[in-house]
Amino acid sequence: MLLAADPDLMAARQQMALSLGWHIVVACLGIGFPVLVLIAERRGIRTGDVAYQDLARRWAKSLSVLFAVGAVSGTILSFELGILWPGLMGRFGDVIGLPFAIEGIAFFIEAIFIGIYLYGWDRLSPRAHWWTGVPIAVAGVASAFFVVAANAWMNRPEGFRLGPDGRPVDVDPWAAMFNRALAPQATHMIVAALMVSGFLVASVYGFALLRGRRTRLNQLGFAIPFAVGAVFAPVQVVVGDWAARSVYERQPAKLAALEGLNQTQAGAPLNIGGLYIGGELRGGIDVPRGLSLLAHHDPSAVVHGLDEVPPADRPPVPIVRVAFQVMVGVGTLLLGLSVWLGLAWWRRRAPPRSRWFLRAAVVAGPLAVVALESGWIVTEVGRQPWIVYQVLRTKDAVSTASGLRYGYYALVPVYAALTVATIWVLRLLGRTPVPATLAAPVGENSQGVPVGTGRPSEPAGTSEPAGPSEPAGPSNPAGAR
Amino acid sequence: MTAANAVLTLMWVGITAYALFGGADFGAGFWDLLAGGPARGARQRSLIEHTIGPVWEANHVWLIFALVILWTGFPSAFAQVMSTLYVPLTLAAIGIILRGSGFAFRKAAVTVETQRIFGAVFALSSVLTPFFLGAVAGAVASGRVPAGTTPGDPVASWWNATSVLGGTLAVATCAYLAAVYLTVEARRRGEHELVQAFRKRALASGLAAGAIALIGIAVLHADARQLFEGLAGRAAPLIILSGAAGVATLVLVVRRSYVWARLAAALAVTAVVWGWGVGQYPYLLEGTVTIKQASGAPATLRAMLLSLAVGAVLLVPSLAALLVLAGRGDLELGDQPVSGGDESLPAGPDPDDVAGERRSGT
Repeated sequence: MLLAADPDLMAARQQMALSLGWHIVVACLGIGFPVLVLIAERRGIRTGDVAYQDLARRWAKSLSVLFAVGAVSGTILSFELGILWPGLMGRFGDVIGLPFAIEGIAFFIEAIFIGIYLYGWDRLSPRAHWWTGVPIAVAGVASAFFVVAANAWMNRPEGFRLGPDGRPVDVDPWAAMFNRALAPQATHMIVAALMVSGFLVASVYGFALLRGRRTRLNQLGFAIPFAVGAVFAPVQVVVGDWAARSVYERQPAKLAALEGLNQTQAGAPLNIGGLYIGGELRGGIDVPRGLSLLAHHDPSAVVHGLDEVPPADRPPVPIVRVAFQVMVGVGTLLLGLSVWLGLAWWRRRAPPRSRWFLRAAVVAGPLAVVALESGWIVTEVGRQPWIVYQVLRTKDAVSTASGLRYGYYALVPVYAALTVATIWVLRLLGRTPVPATLAAPVGENSQGVPVGTGRPSEPAGTSEPAGPSEPAGPSNPAGAR
Repeated sequence: MTAANAVLTLMWVGITAYALFGGADFGAGFWDLLAGGPARGARQRSLIEHTIGPVWEANHVWLIFALVILWTGFPSAFAQVMSTLYVPLTLAAIGIILRGSGFAFRKAAVTVETQRIFGAVFALSSVLTPFFLGAVAGAVASGRVPAGTTPGDPVASWWNATSVLGGTLAVATCAYLAAVYLTVEARRRGEHELVQAFRKRALASGLAAGAIALIGIAVLHADARQLFEGLAGRAAPLIILSGAAGVATLVLVVRRSYVWARLAAALAVTAVVWGWGVGQYPYLLEGTVTIKQASGAPATLRAMLLSLAVGAVLLVPSLAALLVLAGRGDLELGDQPVSGGDESLPAGPDPDDVAGERRSGT
């Protein structure tokens, strides 16, 4: 491979992959988790149910940790854009900078309101407090939109012409930002963020339920995020189709790579499950005309194959192919869970009773993260060897500074430690003692009907939701009210 | 004023705000490092934690703000700065990761040991990060970032007299800002012992920062002649103002006028940051690249000015609300244990496993 030729290029790509692959998970939680917290808090205010209030508070603590690591891991990326890819930023920084500048404002608003929201809990009225959380969620979604705008531009570079010296002229930053890849890609990312947050948080509580800790807190902690994930899983099918068609229209080489399609053909079949080994697809099931149908909504449409792409311009097909299959496969499983829940709800207004449902839901969280990473690999590796599609090669964008790879070696242990510490702290927060009133198991009758029913709630405004056994501490900041 | 100058002015506003607010947060970490053992330092650390907790993330965004303006407005200069100075910038990046996560993790930790580990990470990185960022500033100010597209020397660019001056001055300034701010904060909370403690620290760090600045005059004269001439010439009023405000801060701290001292300290730092900018003008990278040469597409500069103007409508009131609420003490959670704790917390999201029997029906 041409990568092996330059250890610094390889290290730079690995470093970017590590930093982005790490940040994307916490960034998605930064988008989706505030939505979950706001839902729980709102229901707590509406119903006066202390279980919702307790849940919102404990989630907010996790959110504060995730937001902090998200903020710092995102900062590193802005450093790395210049440290690793000066050839991209030096030449095109003014073409793609605008969405970053706007994202900066959105992130600023997020950071401001996270401070007010997290620390104002005991000082603001419940309603006012809830509203200080809304800008976090809105700005989180906006941040994702604008960051993805910059990435979409790398897939669909618009808003400039290349001058004779290879530098951009006639720059139109608005056209660059609102490039034609933006809408499907940003929507796909935002929906993914909501799904990952929903399924991942539900997974934690699903595990507790499976272990037999059928308390109201655990049921709500499962039901709210799982419902969010289940709502967005079918949406993602439609959005994913839109995104794939966008790739078909604008990046035929990427589409050919993710489908492992060697020859250009009309009425191309869709291979499901096959892997690209030794220059061709092996295994899997062929659905006749399926690919043409999916890619262009026309069973006899022509789909361009890798044969139209010069070998030097082809992405590493096997990796892209596997990543795409994993993403689509997991998406389908998540859709299945969503349908399972929907059917049970339709038939008897309750989630499925089967323990297999819970087991599947527990697995769904990590799987959603796997799908997220796979999707990111499809986007990024599928664009190779270009950093800006058909404009700038990745190898021409990398820094020529000597010893670049040592930066990568230094960051690997930092990220390893950060991963361990983050998980450790989140687990620790999960162990925060539960107020005695919420710790009691829920009886048969209300089991599996977590939302809106259940135990009679304590009246709103009683000073402390805690029982006498509750130690004063981070678990019970309400004590100060 | 050209669009490029307007954009650069906004970037300098960002750098100033980062120095004043982000700098004070780093300085708080500096004092956290020196606060002593877990028992002796508990109250100081508690004050620091409560003071920077609600605001540090917003303060941190000023750095991103300045970086984004640099790469959008002056892409080639950004590329040269980042690729030349990748060593101190990577170290600063690691410092930023460790500072932010260490602080957040310490808040969540419950045992003294883990609080100490995360606290040490937070405090140590709070000292190293401003050093490396200051070294980067010193590299730019002493003309060590070349024009063109080839990066400068990866070591000599930042390991030199001006960069070391920049780094140490940054650390001392952060400590001094933090100490002055914390006296106000301690007094608002009625923590009189802490007021005294930070009063002494403010005086010590103020004197140290002043001494480093005085030595700096000689260093710049020898190592960064072009900047020296700029500072002694066009920027002289700002440098004199900075010195005067620095002296005034010390006098005000001695006289226990902490609120005024805080303003004077901020003025001293602001004046020196702007003095640097004015001293370098019209160079963006001292001696090598002018603002005009580095500025990006005019359409982008205008689009960014428009976006930032619209953004400011949302941002300024929000930020003001945060700082006012934090300053009034309206952003406080209930009592949190800063040290001490209980290892015997029950495990799992919900320790009560009685329900295990009940699920047999499903």
